[in-house]
Amino acid sequence: MSDVSKVVSMRDAVARFVHDGDTVVIEGFTHLICFAAGHEIIRQGRRDLTLCRLTPDLIYDQMIAAGCARKLVFSWAGNPGVGSLHAFRRAVEGRGAPRLEIEEYSHFGMVARFAAGAARLPFWPLRNYMGTDLPRVNPRIRHVTCPYTGEALATVPALNPDVSIIHAQRADAQGNTQIWGLLGVQKEAAFASAHVIVVVEELVDEAVIRADPNRTVIPALIVDAVVVEPWGAHPSYAQGYYDRDNGFYVAWEARSRDRDALERYLDDFVRGVSDRAAYLEKQPDLAARLKAKERRCAGVNYGF
Amino acid sequence: MASVAARELVDGEVVFVGIGLPNLACNLARATHAPRLVLVYESGAVGATPARLPVSIGDPALVTGSLMVCGMADVFQLILQNGRIAVGFLGGAQVDRYGNINTTVIGSYERPAVRLPGSGGAAEIAIHARRTLVVAKLSPRTFPAHVDFITSPGHGGAGASRRQLRMPGAGPVKVITDKAVLEVDEGTGELVLAALYPGVEASDVRGCVGWPLACRPRPGRVAPPDATELRLLRDVLDPERLYLKG
Repeated sequence: MSDVSKVVSMRDAVARFVHDGDTVVIEGFTHLICFAAGHEIIRQGRRDLTLCRLTPDLIYDQMIAAGCARKLVFSWAGNPGVGSLHAFRRAVEGRGAPRLEIEEYSHFGMVARFAAGAARLPFWPLRNYMGTDLPRVNPRIRHVTCPYTGEALATVPALNPDVSIIHAQRADAQGNTQIWGLLGVQKEAAFASAHVIVVVEELVDEAVIRADPNRTVIPALIVDAVVVEPWGAHPSYAQGYYDRDNGFYVAWEARSRDRDALERYLDDFVRGVSDRAAYLEKQPDLAARLKAKERRCAGVNYGF
Repeated sequence: MASVAARELVDGEVVFVGIGLPNLACNLARATHAPRLVLVYESGAVGATPARLPVSIGDPALVTGSLMVCGMADVFQLILQNGRIAVGFLGGAQVDRYGNINTTVIGSYERPAVRLPGSGGAAEIAIHARRTLVVAKLSPRTFPAHVDFITSPGHGGAGASRRQLRMPGAGPVKVITDKAVLEVDEGTGELVLAALYPGVEASDVRGCVGWPLACRPRPGRVAPPDATELRLLRDVLDPERLYLKG
């Protein structure tokens, strides 16, 4: 492996690895959702993207509203604990917004799609979907007969994105990436992708990674670019760095319901700022409200 | 509803916690009669002991002090499909005569009147958990004879049985509402009236469901929440009324 640093700006990472028409994954289950990357994709005006995520969350609602998406592949499209994603609903219910193509699974199905993609298999079997209407509306959910037991098993096709964008607590300049807290499907999504952009709260020395190798979820050998973007997951969160901005999620219900209010938000906080640093300057109270409390673990002995 | 649902959980059981009211009920059970309840969240927290009521099922408080945090591939394959979940806990926009649950669309799938969030983990929970509990407010809109879309399967109705379809779990066995508790009749697969809240009559419940609701020979009476449950719900678990609405 070359020792050349992979650290680039968000602007350069998106310009280089996210193209019109690409299949794009910004993963993270509630935790570590990279809003900074979504905002940069909106600023650069990407179009016709196939956006994949288990939970589209507010970030894909914003990208749908901004016209980046042609298709959404997902398993739960809501605002967790609050209500709806209204830009998504307008686009699916056909209320004055351009129609969005959807391809829908359950969480287990999406997880299995990434697992197949990561292992470079064509599909993944799972004991699921009997008695549900999901296979009726999604013909890509099929069945296979087990060659050993004769059991009919559901199958889902591999998902191999053009690029996955993974937010994490820390990485070194090569992209050896450590995550703790909720892990979602980031590992599977990253290994399934042709390209991987890692976005981190902190850039650390390789020695920090080597001191605790079990915490490395994504190795440098699959990483194309490393972006250092503190608070880059806000209003999502980073365990040990900052809490989820639940107030922002609650406020999104009214904001996304009103198309004009949503556009004003995008103008003020996304299109109207040049980068993440400018986004943070507009909200100087974030650290006071959300900075994580100390809860350190003791560490272990890796000696032999 | 939260306290009635909480009482259904047995101490020491492994429960897969869904979003919304189930979240509150599980944390109430843990704070009262079931301190050794093992809370598994689809986000990957196993044995969570949240110090605050999680706003979402991916809240950071689920991680701090939990027994294990794993990836979601492990949650669905090694825990749920492996058969380790005793109780699944689901909500729903529509629940029908046979316990089928809809969280996908109102109206047609192609041209929905209301697009709902979709399955999340609900489809596989209803298939794999050894038993599934459902919480939903009673109303004709929520309890039609047939759901518009089967997101999470109940008991098949006139079609194939769960056993014929090789579903490992028993499916939705009990529906906890704000007026009564419904149970699945093992013979017919239909939801029937099992217990009434104080002051509620069977006719009140029948008026809120879209099919001729059968009744157990002697429906029970649901005890109202006691002082401890009320104090925990209002002052400790949900002081901001995230889930306790109305």
